[in-house]
Amino acid sequence: MAVAATSETAGFLHSRATRARLALLLLAGGLTAAFLLSVGIGAVAISPLQVLSIVLERTGIASMSAHDPMQEAVLVSIRLPRACLAILVGAALAVAGAALQGLFRNPLADPGLIGVSTGAALAAALVIVLGGSLSLGLSTGLRALLLPLAAFLGGLVTTLLVYRIASRDGRTEVATMLLAGIALNAMAGAAIGVLIFVSDDQALRDLNFWLLGSLGGVTWNSLLMAAPLMLVPMLAIPLLARPLNGLLLGEVEALHLGFNIERVKRFVVLLAALAVGASVALTGVIGFVGLVVPHLVRLTLGPDHRQLLPASLLLGAALLLLADLLARTLVLPAELPIGILTSCVGGPFFLWLLLRRRGLGLW
Amino acid sequence: MLQGTDLRIARQGRQILQGVSLESEPGRITALIGPNGAGKSTLLHLLSGALSPDRGVVALEGRSLSDWSHGDLARRRAVLPQSSELSFPFRALEVVLMGRSAHSGRSSREHDLDVALAALAEVDAAHLAERVYPTLSGGERQRVHLARVMAQIWPEPGEERARYLLLDEPTNNLDLAHQHRLLAFARRLAQQGVGVLAVLHDPNLAALYGDRIVLLVDGRVQIEGAVETVLTESEVEKAFDLRVAIQRHPSRNCPQLVPI
Repeated sequence: MAVAATSETAGFLHSRATRARLALLLLAGGLTAAFLLSVGIGAVAISPLQVLSIVLERTGIASMSAHDPMQEAVLVSIRLPRACLAILVGAALAVAGAALQGLFRNPLADPGLIGVSTGAALAAALVIVLGGSLSLGLSTGLRALLLPLAAFLGGLVTTLLVYRIASRDGRTEVATMLLAGIALNAMAGAAIGVLIFVSDDQALRDLNFWLLGSLGGVTWNSLLMAAPLMLVPMLAIPLLARPLNGLLLGEVEALHLGFNIERVKRFVVLLAALAVGASVALTGVIGFVGLVVPHLVRLTLGPDHRQLLPASLLLGAALLLLADLLARTLVLPAELPIGILTSCVGGPFFLWLLLRRRGLGLW
Repeated sequence: MLQGTDLRIARQGRQILQGVSLESEPGRITALIGPNGAGKSTLLHLLSGALSPDRGVVALEGRSLSDWSHGDLARRRAVLPQSSELSFPFRALEVVLMGRSAHSGRSSREHDLDVALAALAEVDAAHLAERVYPTLSGGERQRVHLARVMAQIWPEPGEERARYLLLDEPTNNLDLAHQHRLLAFARRLAQQGVGVLAVLHDPNLAALYGDRIVLLVDGRVQIEGAVETVLTESEVEKAFDLRVAIQRHPSRNCPQLVPI
């Protein structure tokens, strides 16, 4: 059958693609700006030019000598690893959130809300407290490896649990999923309470950090170790954009469209748990990034995962950079736990979403 | 040919299908009717590969479904669901384009777009292309999905392969006019050589549009064959426990049931 596309009918597809390309460019620009702001602002101010000067000198490309040694020390050992961490964690959480929302066919699925982050935090807390107070004889290096591993397993188990509880006959029920999240959060909270009860001072301080979330204190070593755990899912999940689109029609429909749905589901769960587990291991629980970021993208670019996933990656990274900048400059000389900050913004946003969905008659 | 042989399946201890054999041939509409709980939808799920039988085999062109790759299978048979709970704001045209998923890498974007637009036009829904899916009415949604499954098995120039379309109670939630319009589309597809298998609630619709009828009762085929053979007063009363009179359709002369 010979057919010809009328260019005007398909016009919105082209304009949507053009808009997506433009948005990705803008987001990349925004991320760069957020990065320069983030490494430049603080007790020691560093201008973008000085950042360039330090980087060029360090890499031995050129000597601009536009900076002083103090600035170099602050940038290289404090600000840069912290900014890289913010980029990685923000991107990982946002991409994982977007993928989980696709998998659950529900825009309210967030790693924090449905218990995945708390599950990962509980597993990490177990390692901190038991590893510290019972002195399992772990060397520091082994402990540093065990932590992200435990957090990953905790995240994986909780993701599978929520998925099993909320799915019946290939459908995922929203209410069940959120209620399961509440239950899992409560149980993990209780378990963490027990751990607090039995832990010593050092472990307590560490635990507090997990529960509120912070990007502070990161070193190049821990960053380099966890980076692949976040980079792999972050780059692999966008490859699943088409099957994730198909999944939005329903699992059986996606199967009939020709996708190997069981494999896709396994990959998404595994990769999301990896990303969330690794980020929780490094920064503790930072809520709502995975919920808010994909939503903001959908509002402007539409629900197609081919645009949603890369755009979420960039926006998540930029927003977490800015959130961390606020967290460490708002209440100087103290530092606000970033989890508190994201929850302050994310909580009301979530409520607004609920009310809006009800208004649209979607519930 | 899409062929199920001696299919048996039990769910939660209850035997749903107890040895059903069924086939769908290219160019014909096979209507699957029967009372509620007879196992019609389960049978369709088995034939589409969404469920695996406890015993028996489903084969497409003589090859067991499990020997087909997901993509090859999807390019030969499509399934129209009862309803789809897509709540994300895709445009209708994007939903139809999802039907081209199994062709990715083999077909250009332009060709996919041509096919999607042609499929929408085929079901008189070209004007819906830019509408946001969740804002469509039930009848409009069903047409968009019909265009989606048609785009999935759209005939490619120079490629001869039998195609099959499975419809799972496609007329649910549709008003009278839309029911007939949808089945008229199915009729047209069958004339183009597609093997159509439709689960239908209404025996009168099956009589109007089906070439063959399979009457399923309690997980067994009570009778199958031409419309005239299956839709008799005694067979219908036995299957549905309802007394009916058989009348003639005024223009098409096929049997129509009237309860008495």
